[in-house]
Amino acid sequence: MKPASFTYHSPTSVDEAVALLAELGPQEGRILAGGQSLVPTMAFRMALPSHLIDINGIAELAKLTANDGVITIGACVRHAAFESEALPGATGALLRKVVQNIAHYPIRTRGTFCGSVANADPASEWCCVMASLDGVVVLRSQRGTRRVPAAEFYQGVMATAREDDELVVAAELPMLTEDTRTGFVEFSRRKGDFAIAMALVTYRLVRGVIVEPRVAVGGAESHARRIVEAEDALSGQALDASIFATAAEAAAAAVEPMEDINNTAAYRRALVRTLTQRALEGAQ
Amino acid sequence: MIKRREITLTINGTDHTIAVEPRRTLVDVIRDDCGQTGTHIGCEHGVCGACTVLIDNEPVRACLMFAVQAEGRSIRTVEGLQQGEQLHPLQEAFMRHHALQCGFCTPGFLMLAVGVLEKRPNLNDEELVDILSSNLCRCTGYENIIKAVRAAAADMKARA
Repeated sequence: MKPASFTYHSPTSVDEAVALLAELGPQEGRILAGGQSLVPTMAFRMALPSHLIDINGIAELAKLTANDGVITIGACVRHAAFESEALPGATGALLRKVVQNIAHYPIRTRGTFCGSVANADPASEWCCVMASLDGVVVLRSQRGTRRVPAAEFYQGVMATAREDDELVVAAELPMLTEDTRTGFVEFSRRKGDFAIAMALVTYRLVRGVIVEPRVAVGGAESHARRIVEAEDALSGQALDASIFATAAEAAAAAVEPMEDINNTAAYRRALVRTLTQRALEGAQ
Repeated sequence: MIKRREITLTINGTDHTIAVEPRRTLVDVIRDDCGQTGTHIGCEHGVCGACTVLIDNEPVRACLMFAVQAEGRSIRTVEGLQQGEQLHPLQEAFMRHHALQCGFCTPGFLMLAVGVLEKRPNLNDEELVDILSSNLCRCTGYENIIKAVRAAAADMKARA
């Protein structure tokens, strides 16, 4: 239950960090951001990094900005940053709804948005946000900067498009228009546990008709993604309870849920149906 | 052999200059190297909250940070709550409301509650339960802990 030995590096600039990562990434070197997933994994000795590159001392990575319709979340921005009223608009309101579901407060004071994005746990709420809003992952290495859309970044259970020498320096989310309604619901057996499934929805109403619907499901499959079948069911329809049920049914039919020792695929599929409907009904 | 690093940790305002391996967690170093054994070690993987301390006044799991990361930060532990002979309002409330039995989880609950109440003195009951769900107690159940924190919040406001 104690982490194994490693060499500790504490760069103070992104250039220094990516130089270290270029050298140490291929030798089992890992980035240490909030550490709320990595350190327990090291305590179990499931992760045995030879080097840790601690990015917490890099001031420029702690920035959270909202400019020109884009929210840019630096690699060291903690989950707890999204609990304040600071972020404007419908995206800020959505992130405040979502963050309450992430672990517990003392975890949220350390864990980071981008760490969660890079870790790509199927049950990560932020990964579901990135998928639903078509967020962009900004990757830096000595080879340059790449901007990868969420739909390409996520490839499977804890598998992403990030190369060994690349540092996730930021994540970008669009600022939804003021009239966008958003809803997020997840289910776990105890408060703060990993979600068994979650649903995130956004839509706008124009003259009583649903436009630009987004329906994303997380936790149920290997990685969060938008469910186009459910979005098609909503698009252009008048707002009523039956259309939400139809969309929820479409989402449940479209997913290929994972199974584990506690949860069958059929159970997760039923959860997707229920949670999608609740997220739609509760969206505001 | 990984080299030790010399670091200075500031715990409850007192500097401790020590040499530690980077792999040592903050809670181990607070206890073993700095001799402050009030902070307890439970699960060692961030689930139980027994090791909760305040870093720059925010509650964190001291088992999920390495000690080398805490250099230059303000670390507050349960030893810093009592002022002279005067217990902290939360400590008094925990006694009065029988919010502990074996006491193992108590330092973590105290630091969690202190950290949150100092920032958000007007927590409602729902928010309070949500915050306290972060830490595990296996003796008393949580009702008395909730009562104690609620009473202490009122007391802290009255004294402020």
